[in-house]
Amino acid sequence: MRDHSRDERIVHAPGPASLGPEAHVLVGSADKFINWCRKSSLWYLLFATACCGIELMQTGASRYDLDRFGAVFRATPRQSDLMIVAGTITHKMAERLVRLYEQMPEPKYVISMGSCANTGGPFFKDSYCVVKGVDLLVPVDVYVPGCPPRPEALIDGILKLQKIIAQKKNYAAKA
Amino acid sequence: MEPKAIFQALKDRFGDKVLELQDEGFRPPFVVVSPAAIAEVAGFLRDDPALAFDSLMCLSGVDYKDRFAVAYHLHSMTLGHQIGVKTFLPKEAPSLATVDAVWPAANFFERETFDLFGIVFEGSRDLRRILLPEDWEGYPLRKDYRYPETYHGIKV
Repeated sequence: MRDHSRDERIVHAPGPASLGPEAHVLVGSADKFINWCRKSSLWYLLFATACCGIELMQTGASRYDLDRFGAVFRATPRQSDLMIVAGTITHKMAERLVRLYEQMPEPKYVISMGSCANTGGPFFKDSYCVVKGVDLLVPVDVYVPGCPPRPEALIDGILKLQKIIAQKKNYAAKA
Repeated sequence: MEPKAIFQALKDRFGDKVLELQDEGFRPPFVVVSPAAIAEVAGFLRDDPALAFDSLMCLSGVDYKDRFAVAYHLHSMTLGHQIGVKTFLPKEAPSLATVDAVWPAANFFERETFDLFGIVFEGSRDLRRILLPEDWEGYPLRKDYRYPETYHGIKV
């Protein structure tokens, strides 16, 4: 897990001098603030394996403009918060996918985009080489149905993920 | 050059090693060649000025259940004619001489055929699996292939 000590310094403003150096004023709910930060800068991994990748590119491009929601692609897993699995995952690819997921820093989220990533899609029956759903490999937060899903559907998936992130309990659960 | 004339030219040169011409239902027609002669037939098809097959369009494997076949689709860029070459292999331990010295493009096709049918191309400069993972067991496009239950702990 990531060390949250730096985050706490951000949300605790120094208190008035008359109350002594220990006094701090909490400028809002820490959870709310952290969650707002996280959901507003969902940098997703530049990772696409099939035709869903075309829709993913489309969603990121100017007409649908995923940047409106603070989501931009990063070309490295080490700076990504979100992995959008866009496309068919074969058994040969599965190992690489898991490695990319493991290279991402916490907290990390996964959107499974399209039928192939959800269940294996058209390859569900009689395919020796396709993984029947990416949830066999990594934990998935949001499933986006479609073959391939339109950009609106993917945007809906990202908004759903933002709602999930907004409800996370980071400090409240530990207190 | 017409397929029949190509077949005749091969027949004149190689005799019994060239078995038959499959003319009906194939486009281009196939010349069936004995597997032992495939390398020299390929060299002749490329180098003879009247044939000049300088392009290997496709090389593929076929499983006929009782035997395998390897099919070559050839095209001549200079003369504009086409022919297929086919060779039949036994079900047990199918192997064949490589043609990657004649057409360098053959290497990827041969690797694919090896990967999916398990047909060994002897003398190949690089014969490894090309599509499937290196440690995959079995050859999936064979008719008697049975899917594994799991691969690396993931259900297939």
